[in-house]
Amino acid sequence: MGVITYRDALNQALRDEMERDPDVFLMGEEVGVYQGAYKVSRGLLEAFGDRRVVDTPIAELGFAGVGVGAAMAGLRPIIEFMTWNFALLAIDQVVNSAAKMYYMSGGQVPVPVVFRGPGGSALQLAAQHSQAFESWYAHIPGLKVVAPATPYDAKGLLKSSIRNNNPVVFIEGEMLYNTKGEVPEGEYTVPLGKADIKREGTDVTVVCHSKTVSVALKAAERLAEEMDVSTEVVDLRTIRPLDVDTITQSITKTNRCVIVEEGWPFCGVGAQVVDDVQRLAFDHLDAPLIRVTGADVPMPYNKHLERAAKPNPDKVIAAVRQVAYLD
Amino acid sequence: MITKVVMEALSPTMEEGRVITWHKHEGDAVSAGDIIAEVETDKAVMELQARGDGVLRKVVAGEGTTVEVGKLVAIIADADEDISGVAADGKPPSDVPTPAAATPAVPAPPTPEPAATTSRVKASPLARRMAQERNLDLQSIAGSGPGGRIVKRDLEGARPAAARAVAAGGYEDVPLNQMRKTIAKRLSQSIGPVPHFFLTTEVDMERAAEAREDLNTLGEQRISFNDIILRVIASALMRHRACNAWWMDDRIRYFGEVHMGMAVAVEDGLITPVIRNAHMKTLREIAVESRAMAERARERKLTPEEYTGATFSVSNLGMFGIDEFTAVINPPEAGIIAVGAVTEKAVMRDGELEVRRRMRLTMSCDHRVIDGATGAQFLQTVRTMLENPLAIVW
Amino acid sequence: MTESTQTATLDAAQRDFYHDLLRQMLLIRVFEEQAGAAYAQGKIGGFCHLYIGQEAVAVGAIATLAEQDTIIAAYREHGHALARGTSARSVMAELYGKLGGCSKGKGGSMHLFDASTNFLGGHGIVGSHIPLAAGTAFAARYRETDAVTVCFFGEAAVNIGAFHETLNMAALWKLPVVFICENNRYGMGTAMERASAVWNVYERACSYDMDEELVDGMDVLAVHNVVTRAVARARERGEPTLIEARTYRYMGHSMADPIHGHYRTKEELEEQKERDPIEGLRSQLVDADLLDEDGFATIRAAVEKEVQDALTFAEQDADPPPEDLYTSVYSD
Repeated sequence: MGVITYRDALNQALRDEMERDPDVFLMGEEVGVYQGAYKVSRGLLEAFGDRRVVDTPIAELGFAGVGVGAAMAGLRPIIEFMTWNFALLAIDQVVNSAAKMYYMSGGQVPVPVVFRGPGGSALQLAAQHSQAFESWYAHIPGLKVVAPATPYDAKGLLKSSIRNNNPVVFIEGEMLYNTKGEVPEGEYTVPLGKADIKREGTDVTVVCHSKTVSVALKAAERLAEEMDVSTEVVDLRTIRPLDVDTITQSITKTNRCVIVEEGWPFCGVGAQVVDDVQRLAFDHLDAPLIRVTGADVPMPYNKHLERAAKPNPDKVIAAVRQVAYLD
Repeated sequence: MITKVVMEALSPTMEEGRVITWHKHEGDAVSAGDIIAEVETDKAVMELQARGDGVLRKVVAGEGTTVEVGKLVAIIADADEDISGVAADGKPPSDVPTPAAATPAVPAPPTPEPAATTSRVKASPLARRMAQERNLDLQSIAGSGPGGRIVKRDLEGARPAAARAVAAGGYEDVPLNQMRKTIAKRLSQSIGPVPHFFLTTEVDMERAAEAREDLNTLGEQRISFNDIILRVIASALMRHRACNAWWMDDRIRYFGEVHMGMAVAVEDGLITPVIRNAHMKTLREIAVESRAMAERARERKLTPEEYTGATFSVSNLGMFGIDEFTAVINPPEAGIIAVGAVTEKAVMRDGELEVRRRMRLTMSCDHRVIDGATGAQFLQTVRTMLENPLAIVW
Repeated sequence: MTESTQTATLDAAQRDFYHDLLRQMLLIRVFEEQAGAAYAQGKIGGFCHLYIGQEAVAVGAIATLAEQDTIIAAYREHGHALARGTSARSVMAELYGKLGGCSKGKGGSMHLFDASTNFLGGHGIVGSHIPLAAGTAFAARYRETDAVTVCFFGEAAVNIGAFHETLNMAALWKLPVVFICENNRYGMGTAMERASAVWNVYERACSYDMDEELVDGMDVLAVHNVVTRAVARARERGEPTLIEARTYRYMGHSMADPIHGHYRTKEELEEQKERDPIEGLRSQLVDADLLDEDGFATIRAAVEKEVQDALTFAEQDADPPPEDLYTSVYSD
C-alpha cells in the first residue's frame, strides 16, 4: 500500500491493463512523446512503444471514431481527450456511434472503448475550459459514465472500465490529479455501478461525486464539529448506471438528502437522483431534497466570481442545515 | 335531519347544567328517547335524552363542561349530513368561570392560523408514514418545519392518538405556537419568570373521610388524606394532560405519565421527593411510598433521582392547621396544588344546614402552560373525584 | 483519366465471374424495386434510401474483397450488404423490422449489420462512419493481419470534418483502408457544384498525399479493376486510397423524396439511365458472345425468385418480442 497521486493511480491502471491485455492501447493528443498533457500517460510510450501509445493530430472527432472502429474490430482502445471540453467535437462518435452500435446491430457489435480525460473546472480557465459534462453522457443509454474522486477509486475504476465491454465515459477530476491517497500495489478493481460511502452518518445524506466528494467531506467535518450534525457522504463513483440502492438505503437511515455536483443544475446528475429518491424513498423523506450545483452561468474568469460559481463547503453546510431544519 | 341537542332545563330553577358523562359518543347511532348524557343540575344529576334519530355527529360540550340552558351541547344528524352550519354557531360554551385575577390581559396573537380542522395538514412523507405506523393523529401535532410542516422530530416521542389522554410512558414535546409564545412573553414580563395564577376550590371531604376511616379499619396500612389527595390528583392529571407538563422555553413537554412531587418540610428547609408513576399505583402503594419518602427526606437520605423529575407537585400544610395557602411552582413543572386542612364546617346541603368536613385546594398554575379554564377544569375533576372517592378505582 | 472498360475486350475465361457480377447487380435492382413497392404499401417504415442506378459500385468493389476484409457503409447500403453476401431474406426482413432481420429488427434500412461477413453497418449520420473505417483498419494493422477495410460514402460527405480528419490520419498512419466516394451528383437535393468548391472529389486525396482514383461508377468492371488496385495497395503496403466513382441514383434521395423535383430534370435522369450499369454489362457480354437472351432471362428469373422469397419471408417473419426493447443496450 503506497500513497500516490490520483494521476499516478491512473497511470498504474493504464500500465497494468496494457500489460495484462495486448488488445489495450492508448490514443490521444500528446499521450506519447509529450508524456500526456496532464502526465497521466507518463512513461507509457517508453514501456509499450508507439504501436500502443498513439499520438494523434488535433482531431477529436476523427480519433474518437478511430477508437470506436478499432473497438468494433475487437480491440480495447483507451481514447484520451486532453479535456472533456474538447471532446464536444467528438460527441457524435461517442453518442451516435459508440453508444448505439451494440443496439442497432441487434447485439452483434459491442464497442469496448474507454473515453477518458479531465473534466470540471480548474482555476481561472474561464467558460470554455471549465465544464462538467457527466450529465450529458449519463443521459445516453449505451454509455457508462464514471467519475472517480480518489486515487484508489481512480485506479480500480479505470481498470474495470477498460475491461468492460461497453463504451465508458471516464471523467477524471482536473483538480484531483495531484491529490494523494492510499493505493494498493497489487491487483484490484472497483466495480462500475457501485457507490461508496466515504463517511458514515445518521442525520443527512450528501450525494456527490468526483471533486465534490472532498467538498462534501469538508462540510461533513465542520457539521460534526461545529453543529453536531452527522453527515453521511455517498460518493456515486459511477454516474451511469447509478447506484440507486446505496443512495436510498442511506436516505432510509437519514431521511434527508443534499446532492452536490459541479455541473449546471438543469437536468443535472442531481436531478436524476432527486427523481429516483422521490420515487423509491418517498416515505422516508423528512424534507425536500436540495441540490448544490455549479452556478447556472458560463464559468467566469475572475477569481472571486469563479469561486462563487462553484460548490463549496459553506454551500453544502447551508443546504444540510436547511434539510435538517436547523435554521 | 339535524337535531340540535341543547342543555335542557331539568329542574324548575336550573339556569345552567354541567355535563358529567356522555353515554353516547361521536359516531354512535342514537334514537329519540335514548339517554345520551348525564347532566348535573343545581339539584341533582339528571339524564339528557335524545330528541331525534340519527348519529351523534358532534359533541360540543365535553364532559365537565358547564352550559347555559338552551345552549348547544351536541348535534344529532344523518351520518353524511352536512352539519357545518350548525357546528359553526355551536361554539364551545364557556367553562367554569376563571378567577379574574388569574387572567391577565393577553393581546390577540398577531395572525391566527386558519382553522386546523379544515386545512390540509402539512407533513413530510416520513412524518406521515411514522404517524400512520404509530397511530398518531397529525391534526393534533404542531409542525416545526417551514410553514408549519410536521417533520420527523415533531413525531419523536409522540404517542398513539387513541391512547394519548391516558397514555402511560413517555412524553410529547409540543413546540410553542405564536399565541403560546406571546402569552409566555407578556406574562413573564408582568409577574416574573414564572407567571403564576391561582385557583382555589373547596372540596367536601365527608365521603373521602368515611372511605378513609373504612380503609383504615382494615389495619394494614394507614391511609392519610394526603395519600388520597395524591392518588386523586395523579388520576386527574392523566385526564388533563395539559396540566401535567414542563415549560421548556421553546416548547412545552406534555407527559403521558405522572411523577408526583410531594413537598416535605425538613429541619432547615423543604424537599420534594417524587413518587414515580403515581397514576399507576394503588392508594396503598402510595401510602407506603409517601411515608417512606418523607422519612428518608427527613433523614436526608434521598438520592437526586428521588427528588427530581416530578411532572406536578402537591404541598400539604393541613397538618399545621392551615386552611388555605398558595404554593410556589417548582420549575419546570407547570403546576402545584396547595392542600389545606380538613375542617368541619357548617354548610347548606339540600336546603339544610349541615356540618361537613371540608378542605380547600389552591392550584398555582404557570400561565405560560396552563390557562385559567384549563386549570379550572382540572381542579374540578380533582374535586369531583375527592367527593366521589370511588373514582379512584376508575 | 476516368477508368472505364466500355471499349475493352472481355476475357472469355471470366464468363462466370461476369455473370455473377450481372446477377448481383440485378439482385440489387430487383430487391430495391420490391423494397420501394413494399415501402409504398407501408410495410417498410422510416427512411428508405434506394440504391437503384448505383449497383455497379457496390458490386464491383465488394467483389474484390477477401473474407477477412471489413465493409463500412452509410445509409444507402442495401446493395452493399447484398453484394457482401448477406441474404436477401435477412436484409428484407430488417427493412420490415422483423426478428429475422440482419439487425434483429432494431436497425432498419439505415443500420444493416452482419458481423459474420464483417459488414459493420449501416450508419445514418453523413460522414460519421468514415473514422470508423480508419478504426477497423487501425485494428487490422495493430494485429498485423492483412485485412482491408472498404468504406463507402456519398460525395456530400466529403465536405464534413470527419472525412478530412480521417483521411489525414489514414495517410499519416498508413492504414489499410479504401475510401470509395460514390458520387451520384446530389447530396439529397443539392448538386455537388453547389456544395463543393472543388468539383473533383478524387483531387482531395492530394491534401493528404494519398493515392487517388477516378472511375466510371456505372461500369462494374472498371470499378472492380480500380478497387482491386486500391485493395492491393492497402493489403500489401498499408496505403490508403481515395476513389471517386461517378454514378447516378435513379430514385429520390429516399422514398420520401421526389425522383427529380426541382433540383434535377427528367431529361437528365433519362440521359443518365442510358449509362445503366446492368444494361451496360449485359450488352458488353452479349457483344462478346458471353451471354445470350435466354441466359439473361435465366439470371433474371433466379433473382426475381430470390427477392420474392425474401418478401415472403419478411412478411411472415415475427416482430421482435416486446422484451427485446431492453436487450442489447449493454454488452455483458
